Amino acid sequence: MPKLRPEDLDKIADRMRKVMSLREGAGRAKIIVHMGTCGIAAGARKIMGALMRCADETAVKDVIFTTTGCAGLCSREPMITIELAGQAPVKYVDLTEEKAKRIFTEHIMNGRIVAEYALAIGSEQTL
Amino acid sequence: MKAFRTHLMLCAGTGCVSNGSYRIKEGLERELAKQNLQDEVAVVMTGCNGFCAQGPVMTVQPDGIFYQLLTDKDIPQLVEEHFLKGRPVKRLMYTPPEAKTPVPKMSEIGFFKKQRLIALRNRGLIDPEKIEEYIARGGYRALAKALNDLTPGEIIEEVKKSGLRGRGGAGYPTGVKWQSAARHKSDVKYIICNADEGDPGAFMDRSIIEGDPHAVIEGMAIAGRAVGSSNGLVYIRAEYPIALERLSLAIGQARDCGLLGKGILGTDFDFDITVFKGAGAFVCGESSAMRASIQGEPPEPSAKHTHATEAGLWEKPTVLNNVETLVVVPEIIQRGAGWFAGIGTEKSKGTKVFALVGKVKNTGLVEVPMGTSLRDIIFDIGGGIQGERKFKAVQTGGPSGGCIPDSLLDMPVDYERLTEAGSMMGSGGMIVMDEDTCMVDVARYFLEFLRDESCGKCTACREGVDAMYRIVSDICAGKGKEEHISLLEELGQAVKDASMCALGGTAPNPVLSTLRYFRDEYEAHIRDHRCPAGVCKALLTFSIDPEKCKACLLCNKNCPQNAISGEKKKPQKIDQEKCIKCGVCRDVCKFDAVIVR
Repeated sequence: MPKLRPEDLDKIADRMRKVMSLREGAGRAKIIVHMGTCGIAAGARKIMGALMRCADETAVKDVIFTTTGCAGLCSREPMITIELAGQAPVKYVDLTEEKAKRIFTEHIMNGRIVAEYALAIGSEQTL
Repeated sequence: MKAFRTHLMLCAGTGCVSNGSYRIKEGLERELAKQNLQDEVAVVMTGCNGFCAQGPVMTVQPDGIFYQLLTDKDIPQLVEEHFLKGRPVKRLMYTPPEAKTPVPKMSEIGFFKKQRLIALRNRGLIDPEKIEEYIARGGYRALAKALNDLTPGEIIEEVKKSGLRGRGGAGYPTGVKWQSAARHKSDVKYIICNADEGDPGAFMDRSIIEGDPHAVIEGMAIAGRAVGSSNGLVYIRAEYPIALERLSLAIGQARDCGLLGKGILGTDFDFDITVFKGAGAFVCGESSAMRASIQGEPPEPSAKHTHATEAGLWEKPTVLNNVETLVVVPEIIQRGAGWFAGIGTEKSKGTKVFALVGKVKNTGLVEVPMGTSLRDIIFDIGGGIQGERKFKAVQTGGPSGGCIPDSLLDMPVDYERLTEAGSMMGSGGMIVMDEDTCMVDVARYFLEFLRDESCGKCTACREGVDAMYRIVSDICAGKGKEEHISLLEELGQAVKDASMCALGGTAPNPVLSTLRYFRDEYEAHIRDHRCPAGVCKALLTFSIDPEKCKACLLCNKNCPQNAISGEKKKPQKIDQEKCIKCGVCRDVCKFDAVIVR
């Protein structure tokens, strides 16, 4: 590594922000991929891969990926839930890699819900 | 850097490494590859996360889920369930002692929740072997600020205003020490980092160096700028292999990046650090003995006619600071003296790291604001006493500290209060004892340690500590005499008065503080030939309660001395002549019939 100057410290920190924000558990957007047996069988792994590539290509630093189990609606898998900070979660169903890319561009990057792929806004009621 | 969706922050501190965390790492990598997750999930080895009792421990980020006591055979299930299918594995989570259901998130675990991390700010969050991760967490900014925006005088003023005091034990104001070294003109000055941690059960410095070595380097460089020194030296014991390796690696990285060496960060400031391996003599942590050790002389303390800040190592002005003191410095420079001075008590500012060990449920490394009560540390963070036993005392300040009884549990912990209570802050060891601990035996243990570690230079320490050890051993062996107690007090005072260094000056503390709070136990040993805690073997007799004995013959079969006899279906008896008081009969008895008095 070349000798650093004070301004280089910020550059390194900026480059690393994606890695570090992941560890602090804080992000502007959270993408939850449903990975039940049904989800995996329907291609959830591919959806995860496509979304992670989108994040890599656009170099966004504040998006967190996580997985969860089956959401109970197995016939509509693969399914993802998108949570933007301070907004209700949105569930998308019957996904393909192309649909996932569009959701990433429109919903994650620009904050517009892709209504035609969305199942519902909000969470199920629980005790 | 490649993007992963999940980071597995696996602890690689000494505790977890000895519990097999590198085997867990291999297992994780193998299973992740099997599930084709190697490009989505990364394994990151971190420094000590503090919760050593539950090791190997791992935090899954960004979910914040905490796993503990991992074994090789848990890994396939963990990878498939959590990292592939997104179903966290409850079985491997932490269950608080008082609760029945596991707690998934680290932030909800009492042990972590009540701590405030300054010295340990990066623990578990960075890979200590990667300088970029330290920089990403704000590292080396304080050094840049100290070099570009502050004069050396302003740095010293800031540290003075913060109220930071030496964390090695003595509590001397750090800013005052720096000012004194800055004032003396010399072509060469030294900044020494004292990492010769020798107290039994203490591992604050080791964990900090293992988990965040760049913080030590940054703190030393700032100290160097403040006092006008270009020479740093870390005195670290050779028994700390992981700390040594990571520190040396970090120094190399800092040199490559121009953060050590000539013209740091493009300024005219030069500073470099060498590592000196100590051979592990306890007395070497004392400043003048350490100096002698570095100079190749026998490690004996010497009279301090002049301050080390005027003529220390090689007769040059020298600042000696403890690891924990130095790693706090960058935060003070970065956030300001006012921020630091706002934490803690009137005379003790900031936080303190404690190695919480002994009969407490959650043993590990703990950082709390000064002024936190012993009760909060032991019962809220530590989770209380193991088993269904009662708290008896807590020993603070290492071997030359003292034992504090339960009547003082609500005492806020700071330098002054601990000294008033007859103990001391020391480097931060905290050994919790329960009702099964004999305080006379504890005093004997520490005296034995100090007797071995006394360098032998001062007669009072060399002979006095040995004499005290022999008296206390006699008391434990049932040969105590009435006059022993006053003799111990007199000897203790003499050793204190006539020893040159702090080792001798504090060596009688374990005896004096146990005499102060637990005199009745000494008296029971001497007058009644009884050890109330049932520890001192010479004073115990094992017998069998005929009412409770069901004649199962388990004790009879297990006694290594064949000291137990009796007919079938009749209560058994112990032959006191043959009994060696090993306690096997008590351990195997299912009916609680073995009486120990």
